[in-house]
Amino acid sequence: MSPVLSARGLGKRYGRRWALHECDLHVPAGHVVGLVGPNGAGKTTLLHLAVGLLTPTAGRIEVLGNPPSDDPAQLARVGFVAQDTPTYSRLTVGDHLALGAHMNPHWDGAMAQRRIEDLDLDPKQRAGTLSGGQRAQLALTLAVAKRPEFLILDEPVASLDPLARREFLQDLMEVVAEHGVSVLLSSHLVADLERVCDYLVVLVASRVQVAGEVEELLGTHRRLTGPRHDIDALPRDQYVIEESHTDRQSTLLVRCDGPVLDPSWTVEPLGLEDLVLAYMEQAGGGTRRRRSSNARSNVAKLDVAQ
Amino acid sequence: MIEFHLDSRSGVSPYLQIVQQVRQAMRLGLLHQGDQLPTVKEVVAQLAINPNTVLKAYRELEHEGLASARPGVGTFVTGSLGAESLAAHGPLRQALQRWITKARRAGLDDESIEALFRDSFRSAGEEDIA
Repeated sequence: MSPVLSARGLGKRYGRRWALHECDLHVPAGHVVGLVGPNGAGKTTLLHLAVGLLTPTAGRIEVLGNPPSDDPAQLARVGFVAQDTPTYSRLTVGDHLALGAHMNPHWDGAMAQRRIEDLDLDPKQRAGTLSGGQRAQLALTLAVAKRPEFLILDEPVASLDPLARREFLQDLMEVVAEHGVSVLLSSHLVADLERVCDYLVVLVASRVQVAGEVEELLGTHRRLTGPRHDIDALPRDQYVIEESHTDRQSTLLVRCDGPVLDPSWTVEPLGLEDLVLAYMEQAGGGTRRRRSSNARSNVAKLDVAQ
Repeated sequence: MIEFHLDSRSGVSPYLQIVQQVRQAMRLGLLHQGDQLPTVKEVVAQLAINPNTVLKAYRELEHEGLASARPGVGTFVTGSLGAESLAAHGPLRQALQRWITKARRAGLDDESIEALFRDSFRSAGEEDIA
């Protein structure tokens, strides 16, 4: 099966600023992919490139094996919900469904109808008078009723209250379980995605910092605490993402494929949120620089020294 | 039928939490041989988690011989848990209580006792692997 999303050297430039730079990705099908990064990192740019709303300045991108285009066959395979889940405020819920049926060749009217009933939405109500949660659910209904193979959602839960957020993700996961659709959704909060994603892409400062299956990421990242260590002396397979030292103690966040053998370290697993924050900080995404901001130069030295 | 819940702060991965909750329900007699586990769709609609997480948990239970999937129907409990080892619980508990009393007499506080137990437990686990 072709990957849902693959990018090679992908970039988008506005004037002199790269909104997305040297992006390499290979996301296999059958995942719920979380795209996380701070605001302004380039998440929306990447999603717009994926659905063909933008064209790349550099490199290439393929979605479901084809370059994004306005070809109807390709459009029918990808569902897209833009940021703030836009709907036509003067049109009713029923009008939206009629529009969906008119514009999509594989429209599943029965499914759309059932979802609207389950959500207790009045078909005669204008979309402009719906709550944020209801509007998001209507947008999701339109996107899934076209029965896409790949569903792309830009910050779908950012503007929702916690309850609406939970309900939206419950519904989204139900759709995934029922129809086996692959999903890519973005958020600036990893906590929103932690339970639903099994693949993560961390995008900071226009670049992909790390990407991979969540379980693999959690399995290969560790927090090491112990007496003060010189990180230049670490084994070759331990890549330092974050370090802090006191005069006696060192705390490191490392990526390592094998076990940590040095018995002077206390080795702890790492939560997804800490992992993402460490990459954000390393990439300079944090607003506050830490004392140990020379981490990267040390890492570079580590590579050369060994 | 049982319902799952997730503790996002426990540090235990969601799939393992589901496995543990099924095992626990079996030990407590809430689940018996032949009982159906919630369908993947039911679990994700309730917990808002990735369907693969549930599938992985159910596969793990199958691997342990505790459950089996009937395609198109669902996953059912096929094994039983705890009945064989239950008899050993009493003596083990007594031995542990004696050990705790000894540790207290030696002047260890609760936190030191827990730390010592965890540390010994971990090194015993490492010896098993090695």
